[in-house]
Amino acid sequence: MGQADVRSEIARLAREIVERSEGAGLVLMGVHRRGTDIAGMLQDEIRALADISIPTGSIDITLYRDDLGAIGPRPVIGETVLPSGGIDDQEVVLVDDVIYTGRTIRAALNELSDWGRPRRIRLCVLVDRGGRELPVQPDMIGKKVDVLEGQYIEVLVEDLDGRLAVDLIQVGSHS
Amino acid sequence: MSLPTASLGKDLVGLEDLSAEQILAILDTAEPFKEISERRIKKVPVLRGKTIVNLFFEASTRTRISFEFAEKRLSADSVNISAAVSSVSKGETLVDTARNLEAMRIDMVVMRHGASGAAQFLADRIPSNVVNAGDGRHEHPTQGLLDLLTIRDHVGKIDGLKVCIIGDILHSRVARSNIYGLLTLGAEVAVCGPPTLLPLCADEFGVEVFTRVEEAIEWAEVLNVLRLQLERMEGGYVPSLREYNRIWGVTNERLAAAKRDLLILHPGPMNRGVEIDSDVADGEHSVILDQVTNGVAVRMAVLYLLAGGQPESAEAAKQGHGA
Repeated sequence: MGQADVRSEIARLAREIVERSEGAGLVLMGVHRRGTDIAGMLQDEIRALADISIPTGSIDITLYRDDLGAIGPRPVIGETVLPSGGIDDQEVVLVDDVIYTGRTIRAALNELSDWGRPRRIRLCVLVDRGGRELPVQPDMIGKKVDVLEGQYIEVLVEDLDGRLAVDLIQVGSHS
Repeated sequence: MSLPTASLGKDLVGLEDLSAEQILAILDTAEPFKEISERRIKKVPVLRGKTIVNLFFEASTRTRISFEFAEKRLSADSVNISAAVSSVSKGETLVDTARNLEAMRIDMVVMRHGASGAAQFLADRIPSNVVNAGDGRHEHPTQGLLDLLTIRDHVGKIDGLKVCIIGDILHSRVARSNIYGLLTLGAEVAVCGPPTLLPLCADEFGVEVFTRVEEAIEWAEVLNVLRLQLERMEGGYVPSLREYNRIWGVTNERLAAAKRDLLILHPGPMNRGVEIDSDVADGEHSVILDQVTNGVAVRMAVLYLLAGGQPESAEAAKQGHGA
């Protein structure tokens, strides 16, 4: 997916978020790092679409992972940034770039519950690549992709990677 | 996606053997941990299921509680043992105490001990991670790290900064850890104190030596004022507390003569009116309470980084090399 396709998916997701919201108290929480960028783009789209500014935060799940023992500690821990109004009694939309096993979202849900008690949490992802290991399903999906063995999905965003794209990469290929 | 891993190895015994990358990795990891202590629910599950023993052979309030908070905020299970009420008072050796703890399947030991080198001794003999919380006159690495973090927070850098440590350098593990850490990160370091409380060859550390506090204040940008342990007076190192304060005390009058504002650190507990005057300790350039706050974050970072585990070194210790 090139830039134009990704943009139109994000615009569609933005409309869906607005349509499904129950009115007041909508909050976007991006999962560090690329989920945060996607959440920022959704925020811009919603502002353009409905002329409302949705409070947006960022959540880093490093300390909530279930595989610290296997991967070892990561010295680079991102900061979790809550919107100023917090998440208590808000309608939180959790935003991530790709959903795969569901473990990241499990960690994010645990962390959110340590921060407060949202009225509702919905999950919005740009790409669903299947392969779930936990019963976690997104409410809003940009694109479903069948990923074969030896392939993975790479989401690129402008701030970190210089361009906006979703690529299906063959392991071992150097594109 | 590979993130940089600056492994600390199995143990944290001192700052002497750490590289600048390793020290910076600890300080950078401490940054996000600061935020956890500001949360309503001050707890993350990262060390869930790890058992940590705080083994304190010497009295300590601040350091022990700081480690305890760090452990609890990372969801570890911790147990405190102080020498006075343990089998140490019945004559058990350090290694036997540790082996008995190991037999109960622990993961880490945080130890304070009166003998220099005790932390390394233990680290070489048990497979658990060992964190030195102060060993004799040797090192107190987490205090050194929290001082570095506090200085970096307030000045923005450590490289090229002039830091003077004032007081009883001879007996101070805090001074030693500070000197190693500061020099590794590129600071200029000086020590200042009565000649009886300076090591004979202080300049061999690569530090400046001042015997007049006025000169130190003139030179430095940061002062780390050490506690004068009252028993030093009985040992004949200083004539009296009043005289120590008159000649070596950090006072507002002395600081007023400096050409710039100095950042003031003190590892605590303070003797107000001896090594530091109250108006300095409570003054606007004092960061003494920030040090305490940072202490928890730094200790969380150390425990988190060590918890990654180094199977090879743990295996070596399990074979009991040197025991």
